[in-house]
Amino acid sequence: MELSEHLFRRESGRLVAALTRIFGVHNLALAEDVVQDAFCRALEVWKVRGVPENPAAWLMAVAKHRALDVVRREQTARTFASELGRSLESEWTLAPAIDEAFALSTIRDEQLRMMFSCCHPRLPEEVQVALVLNILCGFGAGEIASAFLTGRAAVEKRISRGKKVLAGSKRLFDLADDEFSARLTSVRRALYLLFNEGYHGASAESAVRSELCHEAIRLTTLLLEFRPAASPETLALAALMCLHAARLPARLDAGGDLNPLFEQKRSQWDAQLVERGLAWLNQSAAGQTVTAYHVEAAIAAAHATARSVDETNWEQVVGLYDRLMAIAPSPVVALNRAIAIGQRDGPERGLEALRAISDRDRLRRYPFYPAAIGELELRRGDRAAARRHFSKAAGLARNRVERRFLEKRAGEC
Amino acid sequence: MSQFLYLYRMADAARQDAMGTPERAQQNMQRWMAWMRDLDAKGHLKDRGQPLERAGKVVRGQQKTVSDGPYAEAKDLVGGFTIVEARDIDQAVELSRGCPILEGGGSVEIRPVMKMDM
Repeated sequence: MELSEHLFRRESGRLVAALTRIFGVHNLALAEDVVQDAFCRALEVWKVRGVPENPAAWLMAVAKHRALDVVRREQTARTFASELGRSLESEWTLAPAIDEAFALSTIRDEQLRMMFSCCHPRLPEEVQVALVLNILCGFGAGEIASAFLTGRAAVEKRISRGKKVLAGSKRLFDLADDEFSARLTSVRRALYLLFNEGYHGASAESAVRSELCHEAIRLTTLLLEFRPAASPETLALAALMCLHAARLPARLDAGGDLNPLFEQKRSQWDAQLVERGLAWLNQSAAGQTVTAYHVEAAIAAAHATARSVDETNWEQVVGLYDRLMAIAPSPVVALNRAIAIGQRDGPERGLEALRAISDRDRLRRYPFYPAAIGELELRRGDRAAARRHFSKAAGLARNRVERRFLEKRAGEC
Repeated sequence: MSQFLYLYRMADAARQDAMGTPERAQQNMQRWMAWMRDLDAKGHLKDRGQPLERAGKVVRGQQKTVSDGPYAEAKDLVGGFTIVEARDIDQAVELSRGCPILEGGGSVEIRPVMKMDM
């Protein structure tokens, strides 16, 4: 029996959710200890006896058993989940209550409640994202730090700060609460940030980054399984993630070098993800409003469905960027709009659009601003200017993959 | 071919640490599986053995005093065993070098099983 990829990480989030149902969120640390314990046990047994037929069920059985143990032993010393009322107090009701907490549908709901709790408005966005990654996705502080290129101590601080707020909030977010739709907005935002960190982030480890993207998709899919959360806006978010993630396999070439959109082999794009993304984008059109997620998904769809760069409907892409600038303006959006204009109207117009970005000083340290100028200069034949801008971009590179790509580009001019 | 007992020893703290994050636990697990598979493939695996609970009882002396133990804090608690077949102790030692417990600060004790050829 082979171990499925990231089994422990996946199960960690599910088991913590079930155990929090029993122990209460104020005992989150206890829930995490029990999970850690179950993993230790699995390791001891499986390494000599081999991986069981259904490893997830095995882990769950161990966690259940331990939970039963803990509740019996610490009944008087601790208070557990108030939501389970007195059912933990009698032997007659204890086992069924624990079984219930580990039921598939409970685990799903508890994961959602945990997700909504992590996105508490009192917590800064970077804390929300770190919490989601730690509790729901099973990433350790060190792993999060290396994905975000931040110090481990900083991430640990974010997590412990977040957990303090969680533990202080007597119970997990109630999905029937009046605040639901406001909180859903923060959840989507956190998942969007998580995805973007994976897709555009600074880490050089492409494996780590694609894991972040896939975790974001997994959690967004979890949202879609819950009707009240499956709004057109959530569908649009899910669509944009899939349509972007479809390109991940083509983003690096065989040598591990960055491959820009213009040079990617489109046959390497993940056709299944494209299909899923397009289906969700279609469903997302049911609403009244067009959100930034809708427009971003539509842009990604325009690329995903074009057979080549030349066959891309740049007219439509520029139009979509115009809309995005109207809904959610940012210098990075403006930069991408300028690149699309360069495709539609030629390099001169593209350069004009780049220079016209009003808050372009915010892109001062963003390597892809000078890189975009370099591309356009190259296309209009000014090799010296192109080389200069690519070199400048290489100097701003955030990791070795970016640096290698930009240096190579400069060398080719 | 002779038989050798591998005793896996590791302190509790090191064991917790080797677990670290779920992802590390997974990697650790994969290394063990690969190592065992390799032993098996080369015909060295006589008995996969059994994992042992970390705590039990110790009975000692003529008084037959029973105490809890071994203690979890003990430096190198036996966590399990395996029986391998090898040409000689040198080969048994050589084979044990691939054991993942070594990466985590644990040890493998190698004991020849006594031959009963009278």
